[in-house]
Amino acid sequence: MNQAPKTREPLFHLVKRDVTKKWIPWAIRAGAVVAAFILLGLMSLISLGVNPFKVYKYMFEGAFGDSFRVMRLLRDLAILLLFALAVTPAFKMKFWNIGAEGQVLMGGFACMICMFYLGGKVNDVLLIFISLAASVLMGAIWAGIPALFKAKWNTNETLFTLMMNYVAIQIILYTIKIWAPGGTGTLTPSAYGNLPAIGGEHFWFSIIVALVMTAVMFVYLRYTKHGYEINVVGESENTARYIGINVRKVVIRTLLLSGLICGLTGFLLVAGIDHTVSSTTAGGRGFTAILVSWLAKFNPIAMIFTSLLVVFLSKGMDEVMTQVGVTNSFFSQVVTGITFLMIIGCEFFINYRVVFRHRKNDEAAPAAPIPEAAADTAAPAPTTEEVPIPSETTQANAAEEE
Amino acid sequence: MAFVSFLSSAIRLSATFLYGSTGEIITEKAGHLNLGIPGVMSVGAAIGCLTVFKLLKAKVYSTILLILLPFLATIVAGGLMGLLYSFLTVSLRANQNVTGLALTTLGVGLAGHFMNGIKAESGIIARASKLYSNLFGIGGDNWFVEIFLSHGILVYLAIIIAIVAQIVLNRTRVGLHLRAVGENPATADAAGVNVTGYRYVATIVGSAIAALGGLFTIMDYMGGNWEYILEGFGWLSIALVIFTLWRPALAIPGSIIFGGLYIASSYIKGITFAQIELIKLLPYVMTIVVLIFTSIVGSKKAQPPASLGLNYFREER
Repeated sequence: MNQAPKTREPLFHLVKRDVTKKWIPWAIRAGAVVAAFILLGLMSLISLGVNPFKVYKYMFEGAFGDSFRVMRLLRDLAILLLFALAVTPAFKMKFWNIGAEGQVLMGGFACMICMFYLGGKVNDVLLIFISLAASVLMGAIWAGIPALFKAKWNTNETLFTLMMNYVAIQIILYTIKIWAPGGTGTLTPSAYGNLPAIGGEHFWFSIIVALVMTAVMFVYLRYTKHGYEINVVGESENTARYIGINVRKVVIRTLLLSGLICGLTGFLLVAGIDHTVSSTTAGGRGFTAILVSWLAKFNPIAMIFTSLLVVFLSKGMDEVMTQVGVTNSFFSQVVTGITFLMIIGCEFFINYRVVFRHRKNDEAAPAAPIPEAAADTAAPAPTTEEVPIPSETTQANAAEEE
Repeated sequence: MAFVSFLSSAIRLSATFLYGSTGEIITEKAGHLNLGIPGVMSVGAAIGCLTVFKLLKAKVYSTILLILLPFLATIVAGGLMGLLYSFLTVSLRANQNVTGLALTTLGVGLAGHFMNGIKAESGIIARASKLYSNLFGIGGDNWFVEIFLSHGILVYLAIIIAIVAQIVLNRTRVGLHLRAVGENPATADAAGVNVTGYRYVATIVGSAIAALGGLFTIMDYMGGNWEYILEGFGWLSIALVIFTLWRPALAIPGSIIFGGLYIASSYIKGITFAQIELIKLLPYVMTIVVLIFTSIVGSKKAQPPASLGLNYFREER
């Protein structure tokens, strides 16, 4: 990191935070979100010419304005949360499954196959259960294939799962054109096998399932043997092997679970919300979910809030764009991207502190763990020249992040 | 004759993938998996296009300026996207996958937002695109001319950049250091290689090259019409990196195959709409097959860089 010549003290150096209080990371993240919202306001002012406070007002109205909007918000929140829950166990194991998009699509696709071929021929309740089983199975298969190759031959899972997304999209495009030849390339919504409506709305199931899955995933990751094994494999495969964990088995099992939840999400999307399938059924949420899960530090409860942030941003910006009469979603994509990047960037300041040179040691010493470092190199008074660079010497707790 | 025009079109489109994958290869060789390439290509295209538009509005009709200034603007835009990515992943040690995906969201959004403002005036840009699409200004009765000499300047440049990248990566000290940084940064660091510097430069140069793919796609291949196809082309470019086993020289024929598959459907008589989708499936399936095959064979020369996707913390040795 520090390239300065030995005789000069660098302008600043980085110190790993040792024992941070629990609230500090969340305070930093909240600060990043606030900063992102300020930036968002400024950008709206510059490029759309709207008063920032009006922007915030529109955003709030767009997300929570009336009961209809709240329902839509909750629905999208639930679906995004399910996506995020699906990728989490794999991520925790440091298996970079960026194929949730494809796994959900294939789950939804399997559901549509059942609706298309069995709709009207079997009892509707039975059909729902058949489609559910098919979706879950298909999602698990789609995630299981890369997992199998990863476990057996160490095939790069990031690239593999990325490619599987596009295979799924093309398979769906192909099938839609067979099912609806010469048409507009869209399938008419199925009349059969849809989840029953509660209070006039079809998507209550998604919300209930998302809540249940959040609780289940929280317990699974934190309190079960499987969760423990996932954690160990994620931290160090060698340690896992040493303590007798069958790494291959854990990888495949975890990815099957990941794909299973993806399949379930696809089922809820098709049977509960869209009643049809298209190449945009997942709508990029497979990728967004990765950010949601990561920003929440893979904690299912925290994911409720990160999903809320993302859904709030997209719903809110939609409303802003409607208010200024723009019909596309690009500006909202820009805003989402910048918010993500700011939160991603702020993670660094959770793990490290920046200590500047001009701060004399009477200020810096009590806060920074410099005394330890100084003791190591036998330089008791790190004031002027030949100051040891603490970022190189304090490696006490350097094995936490990634 | 149909075959000649097919091959010619395939070579033309191949430039998109070749820029994207050459840029991504350089980045990945330094150990950074930049999933922001689709965003980088989109931004490059948008900035290049905007520059052309502004020049025409300012009544600048010089051929050289109309090519050179957008070219430079694209490189700078791509480089800045690369700088953002490397600042987050190298200096701030953020997760590469997450950063890359956020960069794609940002880039695609930025490009759409910029281009939406001038979409209505794409006719003006379309006129300038003729400057891009035929370098030698000769048309094709002759098969040789049509296949090899009928392309725009950016097509030839793509091939030159790929060859130069191949030579630099494999035959020079800089390339050796770059590969060392991507394979084993700790060892490279111990040997005195500036890991941070190499990772920054590789990502920025790679992104700048990839951005040119965007410029080519809009100004040459699409004839100045803005369409939101670049994100898909970006992912195909990342696929091509794997398909060509991280070798820019192999990416030249590889990109022609990808280009050919992409346009094949319009050259097959009596093809149904459904079958078109199956042909478009092929590049991804082929990439997966290559990925699986190389990992099973386990030949050292065909593997991804060993520390691909991993950030390097000197303190964590």
